[in-house]
Amino acid sequence: MMAEDQVIVGLEVHCQLDTKSKLFCGCSTDYRSDGPNTHVCPVCLGLPGAMPVLNKRSIEYAMKVAKALNCTVLQESEFSRKNYFYPDLDKAYQITQYDKPLAEGGYLEIESDEGGERRIRLTRIHVEEDPGRLVHMGNAERGKYSLVDYNRAGIPLIEIVSEPDMRSPKEARKFLNKLRATLEYLNVFDSDKEGSLRVDANISIKGNERVEVKNITSYKGVEKALTYEVTRQKNQIRRGQRIERETRHFIESTGITQSSRSKEQEHDYRYFPEPDLRPLQVQSWVEGIVLPELPDARRERFVLQYGCSLNHARTLTGELKLANFFEGVVAADPKGLSTLAATWIADTLIGELNFRSMNLDRVDAAGFTELIGILKQGIITDKSGIEVLRVMLDQRLKNEPTETPTVIVSLLNLAKNSGDTGAITAAITEAINENPKALEDYYAGKGGALNFLVGQVMKKTRGKADPGELNRMLIEALKKKEA
Amino acid sequence: MVTEKDVEHIAELADIGINSGELVTFTHQFNAILDYFDVLDQVKGDTTVTRDLTNIMREDIVEPSLPRDEVLKNAPAQEDGFIKAPRVM
Amino acid sequence: MEVNELSFEPNDRYNAFLTVCKKAPYGKGKLSGMAIAVKDNISTKGIETTCASKILKGYVPPYDAHVVELLRHAGAAIVGKTNMDEFGMGTTTENSAFGPTLNPCDTGRVPGGSSGGSAAAVAGNMVKMALGTDTGGSIRCPAAFCGIVGLKPTYGRVSRYGLIAYANSLEQIGPMGRTVNDVSTLMQVIAGKDRHDSTTYDRPYSHTPVADVKGLKIGIPEEYFGEGVDPKVAGVVKTAIIRLKELGATTVSCSIPSMKFALAAYYVTCTCEASSNLARFDGVRYGPAADTKKSWHEAYREVRKAGFGPEVRRRIMLGTFALSSGYYGKYYTKAQVARENVKADFARIFSEVDLIAGPTMPTIAFKLKEKSDPLSMYLSDILTVPANLAGIPAISVPCGKVNGMPVGLQIMGRPFEDERVIDAAYAYEQAVK
Repeated sequence: MMAEDQVIVGLEVHCQLDTKSKLFCGCSTDYRSDGPNTHVCPVCLGLPGAMPVLNKRSIEYAMKVAKALNCTVLQESEFSRKNYFYPDLDKAYQITQYDKPLAEGGYLEIESDEGGERRIRLTRIHVEEDPGRLVHMGNAERGKYSLVDYNRAGIPLIEIVSEPDMRSPKEARKFLNKLRATLEYLNVFDSDKEGSLRVDANISIKGNERVEVKNITSYKGVEKALTYEVTRQKNQIRRGQRIERETRHFIESTGITQSSRSKEQEHDYRYFPEPDLRPLQVQSWVEGIVLPELPDARRERFVLQYGCSLNHARTLTGELKLANFFEGVVAADPKGLSTLAATWIADTLIGELNFRSMNLDRVDAAGFTELIGILKQGIITDKSGIEVLRVMLDQRLKNEPTETPTVIVSLLNLAKNSGDTGAITAAITEAINENPKALEDYYAGKGGALNFLVGQVMKKTRGKADPGELNRMLIEALKKKEA
Repeated sequence: MVTEKDVEHIAELADIGINSGELVTFTHQFNAILDYFDVLDQVKGDTTVTRDLTNIMREDIVEPSLPRDEVLKNAPAQEDGFIKAPRVM
Repeated sequence: MEVNELSFEPNDRYNAFLTVCKKAPYGKGKLSGMAIAVKDNISTKGIETTCASKILKGYVPPYDAHVVELLRHAGAAIVGKTNMDEFGMGTTTENSAFGPTLNPCDTGRVPGGSSGGSAAAVAGNMVKMALGTDTGGSIRCPAAFCGIVGLKPTYGRVSRYGLIAYANSLEQIGPMGRTVNDVSTLMQVIAGKDRHDSTTYDRPYSHTPVADVKGLKIGIPEEYFGEGVDPKVAGVVKTAIIRLKELGATTVSCSIPSMKFALAAYYVTCTCEASSNLARFDGVRYGPAADTKKSWHEAYREVRKAGFGPEVRRRIMLGTFALSSGYYGKYYTKAQVARENVKADFARIFSEVDLIAGPTMPTIAFKLKEKSDPLSMYLSDILTVPANLAGIPAISVPCGKVNGMPVGLQIMGRPFEDERVIDAAYAYEQAVK
């Protein structure tokens, strides 16, 4: 890549903290399945006279994150008001942190595009409240208006701001995935909750103005939005046009970014310290925070303890649930099962789940563990194993009654006939008789002939034959025939 | 010295409508008041120290929210449990 | 719980009340059955609360301010909501969207402000006590102008939860009454820590006034008797201070050099905070309807132009300007440093004296419509704002008359020494009774 083509990306990531009550009031954060405006009180509705009181757990969670990301918790931090008008903002200001954030500095290690480790520096972490949610109604002819639901107003957020250290959209995705994993390991964040993570990205091509892309609400969206921007900006530069410093919005459905062209007013947020909250002096709490095992440590442990390959370990520990799933599956016999389980989870299961857009939560862990056991005992072939897994997943997906792998193996008659070699012997005889040309080739020493014959026998046994056993029997039969 | 244009800009920032008659009066009054505020230029230093009371927080305990009819009662317009607001698009 | 009802139908000749509760429920307790008026910027569940502004016309809070809850627990009958300068912005109660309140001592004059309705309700004998709020003198000024007693407590001693904020870092709810004893009684009920107000201290008030100033040292700041203070008012206050000396106190003259910055620091701070506090009044969640067919800025501008009076819009704009990009350091930051200077001056003086005394207001009550220029109105707050900037307790107690109009003696104390301030006022009041 030429230096003048270098992509520079920095992210601002907003994550909802998984507390029970809101940041400044006692309203429950568990609002997603309830009707609009059912989780609000004078404080989060911004009623005149109501005052915020800070949720201690939100600060503890944010500090856990700060410690895990190697940030420095400041000796003193405070909340400020960010003043702007928007119908989802109940008080017409957002309580956030401005010149005295909770923590500064820190870094997150990601796997670079070349496979090594890359350190992405962080600028700061601060705590703030989420605004409400707007629904856009009406149409151009009959008039447009908005509907507001303040249930989300006051949900605690942390904003994690990175330095412009990422060099590609792919790195940005990796950063985000690593960040998500870290937050999940810390048990402060639930990535399954809709809208629990939102990203603004700053992106530029070296030597040009930077563009802010807002409104990215999914993990995949980040790479998509940035890839679009890289192409757009490079094309513009190629055509000799200047890149404007501007804010663009990402349209998830079309995958493009659009200039906001908001001439409404320049942003002048008129920050000043929130007079109804007292400053925080919590630096001394950092020492007492006990961090759980984090993704990097767990990855190393998976390599050492289970003999996982680095790639498998990275995949398995990249999501808390996946790592827990793996350890659950191999719990009964870590030595015996781990290599097989790692392959089956990292290479097979994830692919099958993605293909079905299925969540890991829906996989029957006991059933999967049984399947790995069956495979380990050599009762079925790998090919049959995939067939069984697909049946298991499809049953779950369609909400059909589920069957255990053992039952599925027997229903589909997938067990290898290792004891009874009659069927294989018959298939071998048939295959030899039907393919005289291949036979000729084999005796002539052509390498591909044996594989061809193995394939023919496999076909006839519908994959139930164990490949090793089949190979041995076929060679024996061929020897006999020659003699 | 602020001009009528400045005052107009401030009114926009504050989402306060003003008419042209008021603009003249406000600008005049603003300048008198801001002149008076200039005494603050003589104040030395630009930092303050933190007062007592720090780390005032509550435990993460859920408390009842308002019944929805109480939430909507004061809202001038509503629809299906939502509060109706001006368009933003 | 036993609930009774108090009939309350006052002959309100002074336009003291915005809302009257003709049947006011009350329970048992220290204030059982006592008629208490509450300033209309303090939220009362089920009772319209407007801040004397059109923008809150029809707003009925679904919750009680903490102090109102305490009043109800003490058995008080909340009989009505009192008139005020819109959102507390004024010194005369003329800035009410619902007409001015008149001074019961002379209906051609203002009652002072912004708690003019509460002062008139007490001075006009409609209620025994009332709650006011004091951001830059809004309890003490009307107390002085109407000839009653009013206390601005130490900042953080009384919960502001439910007080519709004008300038959070300056204001306190406080008691108003015809006697120091009444003010003290009301203070007993309302003071103390509130978990909903993070700026409150665990400093309840359980004091009974003691008429004793013997051995106390009282500082007399020269700035309180200087330029702009009506010599006749100054004379009456000096006589009152001599009375305190006769009661056993000693006096010493002192100086508050930071007074030079105090008024500017005050107005910068309160307008900055107000510009943010009052941004939420947009006609969406309460108040007059915003036109939802328009874009939000357009709709908000209409609602806020029609809903706010000129002084409120002026202060919102001043604060918006002072916080805006490029001016924050010149105004807001400097105002906060000036505030620290004021605090430091008071701390220095209070290391040598127990109390500070002077006039509450530089003049007697103005005639209606006498003050039309905003700046000259602001200047009349010069003697009251220092206590708000420093967060210290300050009381105004009647100490004589000029031209037939009451004059207030202001006594200020160290932070959390509201008791001592009350005692000194009580000693004076009992001596001149």
